[in-house]
Amino acid sequence: MALIPALRWPQWLLALSLVLSASLAQATIEAMEFRDDGLKERYQKLAFILRCPKCQNQNIIDSDAPIAADLRQQVHRLLHEGYEDNEIIDFMVARYGNFVLYEPPVNPLTYLLWYGPFVLVGIGALVMFLLLRGRKKNTQESETTAMSDADRERLNNLLKDKRN
Amino acid sequence: MKRRLILFIPLIVALVLGIFLWQGLKLDPRELPSALVGKPFPQFTLSTVKDENAAITQDALKGEVSLVNVWATWCVSCRQEHPELVRIAKETGIPIYGLNYKDTRPEAIRWLDEYLDPYRFSLFDADGRVGLDLGVYGAPETYIVDKEGIVRYRFVGVIDRNIWLNELLPEVNKWR
Repeated sequence: MALIPALRWPQWLLALSLVLSASLAQATIEAMEFRDDGLKERYQKLAFILRCPKCQNQNIIDSDAPIAADLRQQVHRLLHEGYEDNEIIDFMVARYGNFVLYEPPVNPLTYLLWYGPFVLVGIGALVMFLLLRGRKKNTQESETTAMSDADRERLNNLLKDKRN
Repeated sequence: MKRRLILFIPLIVALVLGIFLWQGLKLDPRELPSALVGKPFPQFTLSTVKDENAAITQDALKGEVSLVNVWATWCVSCRQEHPELVRIAKETGIPIYGLNYKDTRPEAIRWLDEYLDPYRFSLFDADGRVGLDLGVYGAPETYIVDKEGIVRYRFVGVIDRNIWLNELLPEVNKWR
């Protein structure tokens, strides 16, 4: 029993420090003003699908790399200048290539990526089908041809011998 | 006999896959293809680090095959790369233009005084707008720009002797 209060105090401190550090982390996120909620929504959508070129497994909304902050600023600026979503995406692709898109576009370069898995599943299904059909044929063959009358007689004799 | 050969298919598949994966190990995922290769250098009007009244445009890059090197005083790898740029400028005479990226003028001037200045001039891109148009995602980056001002090559990272002789110089010579 004496141990528990001793443990509880540091845990409580830990929780407090976590809460404090979380609010500190939030303080570093830049404040952005939006003319209306529609723009804000579009901003969030775009910042979610655009990928940070420096830290490759984060989108620009997640990343705190300076380049991601620049890209967020650009998206914000372009939105307020009245550009459409697809124009903003084109703007980014023109500078950073298709890499900035989390979802790569479908083109001859990415056919393998997009359709490869389906082709593999197809091949797997075909192989499975052929194997199963082969096995069925084998079992049918063995049922009809495996034992001739002579063999059957021999087997019966053997079984009889054993019983005796 | 035929059935026996079929048994080797998984081995072959595994070997082919292994070769591809082995090759994949050598690829650097941080190396992005530049969207700008084959396209004109983005338009800009910028001052230089040493002359805040200058108004230099993309036309200044035309005429000769040149290197455009993106650098900054806050960039540690740029410091590492710098002596090689000085050497290239001195020994080959290939024009090197700097793009001072998101930096302050006094610090940039001090840097050039201290570590020598290999650049014909260094464009001063304080807000990183031109860097963004170039698709810069981390200094140092170096671009090869041909006589017509078309971007021909992009190198991300520190240029050392080996990279210069085996990767960049052949590319410069290709466009001269």
